[in-house]
Amino acid sequence: MQEAILEARGIAKRFGAVVAASDINVKIGPGERVGLIGSNGAGKTTFVNMITGYLKPDEGQIKLAGTDITRLAPRAINMLGVKRSFQIPQLFGDLSVLENMLVALACRDGQGNFLRSARDPLRVEHADGLLRRFRLQEHRRRRVSELPGGVRKLLDIAMALTARPKLLLLDEPTSAVAADEKFQMMDTIMSALAEDPETPVLFVEHDMDIIGRHATRVIAFYSGRIIADDAPAAVLAQDDVRRYVTGEISGE
Amino acid sequence: MNTIIHSTALARGLQGSSRPLRTLAAAAATFTVLAVAGLCVPAWLTYLVTIAAGNALVSLGIVALMRGGVVSFGQGMFFAAGGYGAALLFNQAGWTDALALAAAGGVLAVALALPFAPLLARYRGIFFATLTLALSMVAYGVLMKWPELGGSDGFTVGRPTLLGQRLDGPEGAYRLFLLTVALAAAIGFLARIYFASSTGLVTLAARDNELRVEYLGASVRRLIGANFLIAAFFGGVGGALVVLSLGHVEPAFSYWTVSGEFVFIAVLAGYRSVPAVFIASFLLEIVRSFSSAYFPNTWQLALGLFLLLVIRFLPQGIGSLWTREAR
Repeated sequence: MQEAILEARGIAKRFGAVVAASDINVKIGPGERVGLIGSNGAGKTTFVNMITGYLKPDEGQIKLAGTDITRLAPRAINMLGVKRSFQIPQLFGDLSVLENMLVALACRDGQGNFLRSARDPLRVEHADGLLRRFRLQEHRRRRVSELPGGVRKLLDIAMALTARPKLLLLDEPTSAVAADEKFQMMDTIMSALAEDPETPVLFVEHDMDIIGRHATRVIAFYSGRIIADDAPAAVLAQDDVRRYVTGEISGE
Repeated sequence: MNTIIHSTALARGLQGSSRPLRTLAAAAATFTVLAVAGLCVPAWLTYLVTIAAGNALVSLGIVALMRGGVVSFGQGMFFAAGGYGAALLFNQAGWTDALALAAAGGVLAVALALPFAPLLARYRGIFFATLTLALSMVAYGVLMKWPELGGSDGFTVGRPTLLGQRLDGPEGAYRLFLLTVALAAAIGFLARIYFASSTGLVTLAARDNELRVEYLGASVRRLIGANFLIAAFFGGVGGALVVLSLGHVEPAFSYWTVSGEFVFIAVLAGYRSVPAVFIASFLLEIVRSFSSAYFPNTWQLALGLFLLLVIRFLPQGIGSLWTREAR
């Protein structure tokens, strides 16, 4: 493997008696498309929240491109290049699609600029480029609160890409999207991300067809532990994964 | 070098939209119209516009905060800081130039706000509102008990000068009116540029979803803190201008009912439009004047009914009549 962009070593997290993460060891290299699978409560979101700094592990260390980020605040981790989208899109409902992108670009460029127009031509051009990649151009002027759920998901991810992330985390990018739109939406996301081939992407997903189609590697969680970490076909064929994740083998 | 960088930033800002030039033209046109109108209308009306413009600047500070999702109920403190600062500089330090006194009022108000900004920036909603109210009432109590500052009676201020000329008589009042309107137009223009800037847009976004703004890498606390200082500056300049027109300053400037009137103007205007703040302030002064004349001692009743009607029919303020969003 090339030098790891993300390296988690011996990560553990408990909430009282509940073990949310135990002995998590993961290395993610450039360009990987990693699917995180597991039933609800398996530890996927806890893992994502520890990478992004919203939860601090009780044990272990997390490094981003060699820098220890274990104890850093979420904003500091974000500024180092860990970007994410949310299971429930976190947008600015009163603003238009373009304005949401401009907010993301303004935040990327730092605060304290009281003179530079929010609609600086360079930023508008950048925003439009990303909107095109995500096929959102037609919604450019629409207020976000009026948009359908799938479009909001795409915008949420497009905003995360404004700052050329070192690592991108997508939390259930196709959840709450109609079954017949899921594949098309994930195709749109992945083709948009293909323009940043070096950026590793971790995505939490419950649909194994999508995992099989878009992941180059799959990490399966169960009860706070990693029970499988390999190529999709190999992981999905493992008995533990079929028993605890996909439910193809019933009972203990 | 710094000047070059700032000039470039400004140039790019101006390139980004034709709005700044349009706003500048609108501010200049408004000033010209009011300057000409001031020659034709009765003196009481120019005086009323002068007070309304000064008060509008104070409320514009609240609007700057409202855009970030917080409301100050203690803006009277900065109104008083600017007023007392200008009055003391006039009486004690011999500063007489109205423009310098107005600027000093703003600077003194910012100096007063500076130690509290980091604390207040941590709070939202009712906590922010209550803390600002508490600060203004502490300031009111201090002013009431400070004999050197005139105690509960306050003290009077003489007529200032402008460019070396004393602003006496009707002509002096007209020049003070011109100065106040010019400063209001200039600050309104700058506020409009700020609201349309990157930071202004991020402030609006923070009102909507603070978590995402933080996650995009901006500090909402810094934004609120900066807006608090901007609000203080606007309040201080407004306070100084009003005191120079009134010729008197007193602790009541920092009393909660005065802050309430500034909030009233901000609510009436809404946070979408800068000109709406000036219009709302003028409307309030008109309602106050006519109510006082025709319904003495019950003008608050008229004020309350007026506010009820506005909230019922224009919940986003009168600015929403002509703009979806002033960004």
